[in-house]
Amino acid sequence: MAEEKDSRKVVIELQDVKRYFQVGSETVKALRGVSFKIYEGEFVTIQGTSGSGKSTLLNQLGCLDTPTSGEYILDGTPVRRMSKNQRAKLRNRKIGFVFQNYNLLAKTTAVENVELPLMYNNKYNAKQRREAAIKALQAVGLGDRLEHKSNQMSGGQMQRVAIARALVNNPAVLLADEATGNLDTHTSFEMLVLFQELYKKGHTIIFVTHNPEIAEYASRNINLRDGKIREDTINTNIKSAAEALAALPKPQDD
Amino acid sequence: MNILNLFKVSINAVANNKMRSFLSMLGIIIGVAAVIIMMAIGQGSKESIRKELSTMGTNLLTIRPGADMRGGVRQDPSAMQTLKMADYQRIVAEKKYVTYVSPEVTSGGQVIYGNNNTNTTVYGESPDYLDIKQWVVEEGDCFTEEDVHKAAKVAVVGKTIVTELFNGADPIGKTIRFKSIPMRIIGVLKSKGYNSWGMDQDNVIIAPYTTVMKRINAQTYFSSIVCSAITEELSDAAIEELTQILRENHKLKGEAVDDFTIRSQAEMMETMSTTMDTVTLILVVAAAFSLLVAGIGIMNIMLVSVTERTKEIGLRMAVGATGAVISLQFLIESVVISVTGGLLGILVGFSVSEFVVPMVGMPSSVPAWSIYVSFLVCVVIGILFGYIPAQKAANMDPIEAIRHE
Repeated sequence: MAEEKDSRKVVIELQDVKRYFQVGSETVKALRGVSFKIYEGEFVTIQGTSGSGKSTLLNQLGCLDTPTSGEYILDGTPVRRMSKNQRAKLRNRKIGFVFQNYNLLAKTTAVENVELPLMYNNKYNAKQRREAAIKALQAVGLGDRLEHKSNQMSGGQMQRVAIARALVNNPAVLLADEATGNLDTHTSFEMLVLFQELYKKGHTIIFVTHNPEIAEYASRNINLRDGKIREDTINTNIKSAAEALAALPKPQDD
Repeated sequence: MNILNLFKVSINAVANNKMRSFLSMLGIIIGVAAVIIMMAIGQGSKESIRKELSTMGTNLLTIRPGADMRGGVRQDPSAMQTLKMADYQRIVAEKKYVTYVSPEVTSGGQVIYGNNNTNTTVYGESPDYLDIKQWVVEEGDCFTEEDVHKAAKVAVVGKTIVTELFNGADPIGKTIRFKSIPMRIIGVLKSKGYNSWGMDQDNVIIAPYTTVMKRINAQTYFSSIVCSAITEELSDAAIEELTQILRENHKLKGEAVDDFTIRSQAEMMETMSTTMDTVTLILVVAAAFSLLVAGIGIMNIMLVSVTERTKEIGLRMAVGATGAVISLQFLIESVVISVTGGLLGILVGFSVSEFVVPMVGMPSSVPAWSIYVSFLVCVVIGILFGYIPAQKAANMDPIEAIRHE
């Protein structure tokens, strides 16, 4: 466990979080008591097979759902008793989501897609929104494709736009759900390179995946099974995604 | 998200689905256009009838025999014979607020000249009649008091009679026959065309009332007496005066009910307007039902759109949109559809009323308020029928929505 890093800021703290669902007369125990802390600047993968409670945990971390019991504290804010609207606001300010299937708005330009979260934040005016969106797109290497529409982009580019959208509100934590799941190996590694860059810049990243390989490129790995933590290990030997990418055979059309 | 951005988002969504948006607007376009056209025709007809009635003289007063029949009670036939020569003579002798007076006796039937014949109405009048009706003799002359006195067999005819019997040739001096009475034509009336009930106002023969009474109908009473008040404002005073004269003449005292009815032109106009209003209302209500159907159409499309965009809704919620903001977004979208449809409908309705309706010979005049009302109705339809789809969107669970395929 990560006890020796207590001096760092805690971004996420789960205290015995349980989440039960009532399906007919049966109670499905998706999370049976999960506790951990994630510190600022960590790159954590959460792994588990389907049915391990991985998605339920992601919903908890993303404030899309609340625990049946226990408490979840996000960047100092307890979430369990929050209303729907309060959680919407909290997501808007503290969380950056990256989804497996990009979830970009159709027929909409890259920069407009990235602006989306800021549209729901009244502190930003149109000019500030645009500036923040351009900055985020430059950070993911798409500074030259601001006005491209979502249907004119490749999968990798779309995922970069999605990552830029997740970064645009300067979130406390970046939550990626199978962010490389729909991409080919080459593009997947490109994404990993990007995530590692963001990690080096000090972003806190949680990467939910069923692919154990990805854990080798993260700083910490939490393994779930049957709604409980099976393993929580620090990775002291983080592999470089950039090197792995260079070692890959070039795609044939290059 | 502020309202302006929501409008942008909604307009984009509508623009991204042009065909579908247009189809859902179509109902509104047709509905609004129909309402406006109906209102324009209603208003136009009313105006044209009003104009026509006023050219007939707004100071026209008509005395009919029999008590006021508005209740619809049947009266004794003898009650229809109360207007007599003595009444006319006394009105002429004592009138103060009345300028012209003409008794009226009519007879419908076939008029013959040579091989030609046509159906018409012979109006037995005094020479004052043309002044009362503001009719003009174009050729020849009108008959005189002298002709009335002698019950002369002379007549003034309308243009239709000239066309039908003489094929347009000069009829002055020719003798026509009506119910076997020969009458010499001494004048032709200036054409007045059809009135708004579709009646040919040129299909008339005017003869001295004595001629029609004695020679044609053989009756001793008038079917009515028409008068003109000095001015429209003095109509009421004139009615008062005529009522007094007739009551005295008919020896009606105290509580006795009038055995005659006097109507002013203003009253006639009122009645016509009310009738037209009722007809217009019925037409507009029918057209309004199509707006209701159009609203349901919009609701249908919006429900489909919400389902189709479940993922987008999930995403917006995940990045911080509250249910209220999502609901507002879809509400605005449905208002954008209905209002755009409404504006197009106003354009179509206005163009048709102004350019197409007059081409088919119908009177039409778009009342300005019908445009404002249509616009407002569209906003209301958008909100009303957008509400359920908007609620459906707002109540989605972001977790399920975002994973929706």
